Amino acid sequence: MKFTEEHEWLRPEDDEENVVTVGITEHAAEQLGDLVFVELPEEGKTVAKEDEVVVIESVKAASDIMAPVDGEIIEVNTALEENPALVNEDPLGAGWFFKMRVADMADLDALMDEAAYKKFI
Amino acid sequence: MAEDLSKTPLDALHRELGARMVPFAGYEMPVQYSAGVMKEHLHCRAAAGLFDVSHMGQVILRPRSGDLADAARALETLVPQSVLALKEERQRYGLFTDDEGGILDDLMIANRGDHLFLVVNAACKACDIAHMRAHLSDACEVEPVEDRALIALQGPAAEDALDALAPGARDMSFMDVTTLESGFGDLWVSRSGYTGEDGFEISVASASAEEFARALLAHENVAPIGLGARDSLRLEAGLCLYGNDIDRTTNPVEANLLWSIQKARREGGERAGGFPGAGAILARIADGPERLRVGLLPEGRAPMRQGTELFADEHDDTPIGAVTSGAFGPSIERPLAMGYVAIDQSALGTKLWGAVRGKRLPVTVAAMPFRPATYKR
Repeated sequence: MKFTEEHEWLRPEDDEENVVTVGITEHAAEQLGDLVFVELPEEGKTVAKEDEVVVIESVKAASDIMAPVDGEIIEVNTALEENPALVNEDPLGAGWFFKMRVADMADLDALMDEAAYKKFI
Repeated sequence: MAEDLSKTPLDALHRELGARMVPFAGYEMPVQYSAGVMKEHLHCRAAAGLFDVSHMGQVILRPRSGDLADAARALETLVPQSVLALKEERQRYGLFTDDEGGILDDLMIANRGDHLFLVVNAACKACDIAHMRAHLSDACEVEPVEDRALIALQGPAAEDALDALAPGARDMSFMDVTTLESGFGDLWVSRSGYTGEDGFEISVASASAEEFARALLAHENVAPIGLGARDSLRLEAGLCLYGNDIDRTTNPVEANLLWSIQKARREGGERAGGFPGAGAILARIADGPERLRVGLLPEGRAPMRQGTELFADEHDDTPIGAVTSGAFGPSIERPLAMGYVAIDQSALGTKLWGAVRGKRLPVTVAAMPFRPATYKR
């Protein structure tokens, strides 16, 4: 699993090459507070690193989730539209945001591993 | 955190309870505890919540003559409310207005027998006290209460929790005020609050405040609630937040607070006018407002935050109003807002459009409170 400075995690899928699942970390979910709204991107959308792809609103404020690397959104977690609280309840599991096909898996090498992320926060 | 921030007498307790502290109106205040805003909000509605509101200003107006009517008459020169008609051990909502009819602050005014007791907003208290000293000193001593904390206990279980520590709380009705004896010294209690729930606001000596708060929290139904949930609770109750929904640019009539101006102070009343901005406010009552503060229910789940521009038509370029407070309402399980709209767009059920992140989303003018109040009348 890899981590960004924007508190996203990326989990490479075992059974699909070049595909990662993306969500936010427990730390981020706790800082944001209870989520009340999630707006997901369209499946099939091509995105560049740092594009704003997901809008989330907590009880406090709106924030953006950015694409961690270049690629294509291939699946979104529509369960979040009805139940945004999944992100708070299970940020590393049921609270995932989207799966993307990564343009260049070497981009992941620049991201933090778990130990580095723990140090970062 | 900056060192010039003040701390309330409950500061150590907040930290012990796991509060996240934020700067607010010059104080370090708990925005939430470990339960989080959503659970805290729901707990207050289902059981009881304890709020530290010690940052708010408590002020005593003591008549120099010894006759409370003199203090009441003096205060009526600064507020459009009828203070003279306020009976002993009763409280009412009031407004300090400016010469243009704008709102300087909103406050609670209580008749405590030989003095008036006011509770004003934290961010405004220094100005309010200076304002009163400048205008009321001939008739009253203006005494800021510096040695007492203020605790709000709100929700259906508030009555049981307080009555167990301060017998007599149970016998009070909405907007009653009294002094109750307790093991924590005399408590200055009002049956009121700012959540739409039955509940109390309790002024307690600072030295006893933490012990008193701990005793309330020891009640199985009482949990601490931060400013985050206080905001969503007051918004569901349709109550204004000074600085968001009302300020010097808003007139009490367009702010939909005409109900707070008693007939005695309106045109034709026995003490009509005589408060700052009376000309502008009475004219606004006679002619009707050009815009009005209304409740707003966005469709869908996207909240419409403060500043969201409102349009009469999906494709209009010119806004007819804007949101002044907007959030998600945990009890009504949907987003909600309040804001000002042009008077011809203010009827209940009017469909408007809010501009959210470049999109126009539908929103409907709705009745407030969004959730019926449970005051004990």
